[in-house]
Amino acid sequence: MRSFTYARADTAEQAVRDNDADGCVFIAGGTNLLDLMKLQVETPEKLVDISRLPLAEIEEREDGGLTIGALVPNSDLAADRRVIEKYEVLSRALLAGASGQLRNKASTGGNLLQRTRCYYFYDLASPCNKREPGTGCSAMGGFNRVLAVLGTSEHCIATHPSDMAVAMRALDATVVTLKKDGDKRRISIHDFYRLPGDTPHIETVLEPGELITHVELPAPVEGARHVYRKVRDRASYAFALVSVAGVVTVEDGRIAHAALAFGGLGPMPWRDDAVEAALVGQAPSDAAFGAAADALFRDAQGYGHNDFKIPLARRTLIATLRELTAE
Amino acid sequence: MLGLEKLFGGDDTNALKMDEPHPESLLDTGAQDVIGKPLDRIDGPLKVAGRATYAAEYDLDNVAYGFLVGSTVGKGKVVDLHAEIAKAVPGVIDVITDYKTFLRNPGQGGETKSPTQGVESVDYWGEPVAIVVGESYEAARDGAYRLQQAIDFETKEGRYNLDAYRDEAKTPPPGVIPPDYKQGDVEKALAEAAVTLDATYDTPSQNSAAMELHASIASWDEDGRLTIHGAYQMPSSDRQQLADALGLSKDKVRIIARYVGGGFGSKLGIAPESVAAAVAAKTLGRPVKAVMARQQVFDATVRRSDTEQRVRLGADADGRITAIAHETLGSNLPGEGFFEPTGASTHFVYPGENRLITHRVVELDRLLSGSMRAPGEAVGMLATESAMDELADKIGMDPIELRRRNEPEQDPQKQVPFSTRQVVPALDKGAELFGWDKRKGVAEDRRGEWFHGLGVATAARSNVLQPSAAKVTIDGQGRAIVETDMTDIGTGTYTILAQITAEILGLPIEVVTVHLGDTDAPPGAGSGGSWGAGSSGSSVYLACEALRKQVADKMGVAAETMTMKDGRVIADNRSVPLAELVGDGMSATGEIKPGKQEKETTQASYGAHFVEVAVNAVTGEVRVVRMLGVFAGGRILNEKTARSQCIGGMVFGIGGALTEEIVHDPRNGRVANRDLAEYHVPANADVPQIEVHFLPERDVHANPIHAKGLGELGISGAGAAIANAIHNAVGVRVRSFPITLDKLLDGLPPV
Repeated sequence: MRSFTYARADTAEQAVRDNDADGCVFIAGGTNLLDLMKLQVETPEKLVDISRLPLAEIEEREDGGLTIGALVPNSDLAADRRVIEKYEVLSRALLAGASGQLRNKASTGGNLLQRTRCYYFYDLASPCNKREPGTGCSAMGGFNRVLAVLGTSEHCIATHPSDMAVAMRALDATVVTLKKDGDKRRISIHDFYRLPGDTPHIETVLEPGELITHVELPAPVEGARHVYRKVRDRASYAFALVSVAGVVTVEDGRIAHAALAFGGLGPMPWRDDAVEAALVGQAPSDAAFGAAADALFRDAQGYGHNDFKIPLARRTLIATLRELTAE
Repeated sequence: MLGLEKLFGGDDTNALKMDEPHPESLLDTGAQDVIGKPLDRIDGPLKVAGRATYAAEYDLDNVAYGFLVGSTVGKGKVVDLHAEIAKAVPGVIDVITDYKTFLRNPGQGGETKSPTQGVESVDYWGEPVAIVVGESYEAARDGAYRLQQAIDFETKEGRYNLDAYRDEAKTPPPGVIPPDYKQGDVEKALAEAAVTLDATYDTPSQNSAAMELHASIASWDEDGRLTIHGAYQMPSSDRQQLADALGLSKDKVRIIARYVGGGFGSKLGIAPESVAAAVAAKTLGRPVKAVMARQQVFDATVRRSDTEQRVRLGADADGRITAIAHETLGSNLPGEGFFEPTGASTHFVYPGENRLITHRVVELDRLLSGSMRAPGEAVGMLATESAMDELADKIGMDPIELRRRNEPEQDPQKQVPFSTRQVVPALDKGAELFGWDKRKGVAEDRRGEWFHGLGVATAARSNVLQPSAAKVTIDGQGRAIVETDMTDIGTGTYTILAQITAEILGLPIEVVTVHLGDTDAPPGAGSGGSWGAGSSGSSVYLACEALRKQVADKMGVAAETMTMKDGRVIADNRSVPLAELVGDGMSATGEIKPGKQEKETTQASYGAHFVEVAVNAVTGEVRVVRMLGVFAGGRILNEKTARSQCIGGMVFGIGGALTEEIVHDPRNGRVANRDLAEYHVPANADVPQIEVHFLPERDVHANPIHAKGLGELGISGAGAAIANAIHNAVGVRVRSFPITLDKLLDGLPPV
């Protein structure tokens, strides 16, 4: 770990003021950042500690939605009665991630910003365009079992590791931020992440020094069934090979609403309108489910060790859709 | 292996070479009734309270912190170290290297010579080439990372893939077993067999993944004597490795390893941080603490070799085996003699007139391979016990029945008796307890999305007796003190040595103190190869036996007529407090060493594994639902620690079957998954209800305490029982371990 300076903020306004230079990073739970700092994958010059900001509340809004403070720990969010009852997919996704200890420390805002678990990103001696732009991608010719098959570029095939963020995408969450200039912004989670393209080191649309203060969930979809299914190499404490977050309603024998997001497949929590278009208005059937899977993987590309993710995700999606639409 | 040390300790030395059976044991005639009892670990409270001091936790005055710098090429040479880069970091004291002295790789267990030295030329990715020393761990680590990025290496072409160089495989020198064994005519017997099986299995490199990182604190005294507080399994031979590496006599090296946080083979020999710390401490004139980071443990300690194993079995129509061929391939660094003894148990577990067991090694530029928990059996029995299941399938016979029909009456190669052997009783008892009769046909037990299946395998692990010495003292208050440089790596050594002492000397266990892990004490066997309890336990037994005679002399009676219980000596119608007989105290040293018994009998521990798995029909995810092991390993010294050993081994079996795999980057041999997030040992949720049952047994050929090894028995065969259960569940036979879900997908029904 390199030496850094440290500032503790008491208000969000102070936090963005304190984040006053390149190399400045916010720290909340630190469950990912500290690991990366120890390995010098991240070498911030200054940490702005936001862990004491008053952003740890979950509030119901008049429109029926929830506003979740950025510092709400993952374990609290998963255990919140309103979340369990109305946004079950979120609770389930949270509990599928990490371990009890980590969930107690990890924050809602920080979870959205987890860095990839690509083996080469973690090793300073291996070229990595995400860690050090322009050096190349070691994963493509190397070991890539856990890496992405959707949304990759010739520069990066990393996956986003979060479970929570996958559920957030299925729930159409909005990320609320405070910018350095004091402006607040509301960013749809669908616009929040960036594809790697030729700048894989830039993962979100956040501007330098911009602070996530809240995550908003819209009013829950009435009568929806929620499923979060995570497939992994061991029963706990493993990142998703594939995960599916589904929120679906069936009315009069036809799929009325379908929100499906995927983890373990892409550089961001993945959602594809074409998948849902293949389902909405259809009677639940293997043909419709197969068409949804075809839509999901129309541009999929495996890199050898991770080829299996395509059939695995296809099977998982179909089984999940059956569960979501079963009478 | 370990050479017998010169006689050590007090005047009264009771030495025993196991040339003859030892039918009588004082543990059977003791009156204290403490042996075998499931006592809590006497070191347990210290450990849970954080007061058991592990290597890196010693706080020495004026200590500096060292962090190793690993190479970033797989094969090459250091051209320019650029030490100034690290020295510029505030808090960094110096960058130290000694290209000739630093260890290229760790040592193997029991070796007394230095491991391969020399780090200017680089033979594997991550080979430590220097150590950065700082006033703090953080400064040293920062300097080391910056330095690592800056070093100029000349890159040479390396060999990183076993498959690519299989044709250049070599026959290694003899190890714990000979590389080759031939008997009869396997090819002819296979050609004539009613049923044959020919299958090739592979297993990957693995890491021991002990909780405690490798660590050494080196300090030199004014007389040029080096003390290392370190994480070591075998201090007696490790001090000799260190002495040889540093050009010292062994008397000039002291190792202190009172508590060791798991070893599983990775701490049998010295690791690179030890010599680097010693050189740095000498250079700087102050103690240096070097702790390897988790990633460095993966990069530069020791791995279990990857293996490829062709197994051929021939049997008659009744399933009686007539031919066994087990041809194996492993890998290691160039110039290293060790080979994975993959066929170790194949020599004696099943009969068959015609036998072929071979070992070949491909030299690769990847980190050292060496002994990891149950070297040989752990991976060899994945293949052979899977093959037995496949053979049973071919014949259409229950796999337990196949094993019953192939129970040899004596060692099928040496033609000597087994000292004890309870494979069939273990299978029978396990089958009854587990409900084996409820096993269904292949893929016939589907419950919703999950297929269930049952599997079985034999467990076997060779028993080894190592030279071991211990001194036992009865002080003036009638309390006992045990001293040996034997270690407790989490196994329960402290507790079982106290129990043996308490039983023979008739003392409450509370008044027995055990001091371990200090080479100033008599040389113990160390912890490895499951020999710790039998070997060091026997040395303590012999010391106590001698003390009994001394006490009997004081009492004026024959030792055989004397009872010792609750701190009193009872004989000749008298009951005298022990403390009154011993004066200022008395001591004796016990020494055990192997003898003719290990040749005149074949000694091993045996058992049977039963497993139920569930396999997800959609995803191929495998969940172990329950495991049951029945084991016979001679006398059980402490039923609780013995059970823990077996459970730990069975959990290792889950890892070997389902999750554990070091992935070497095909371009440079680098370990790609070098932390515990990506190298998957079973997590709690992967470990089901595990039952362990012991069969009563005494092995009079093994040693005077009649106990055999258990630490590795639990892993031997366990993974194969899982693989066999998976086959029973879904009808897919995976011969490439670990059985990750991607290997099952193609065999699952369509969704």
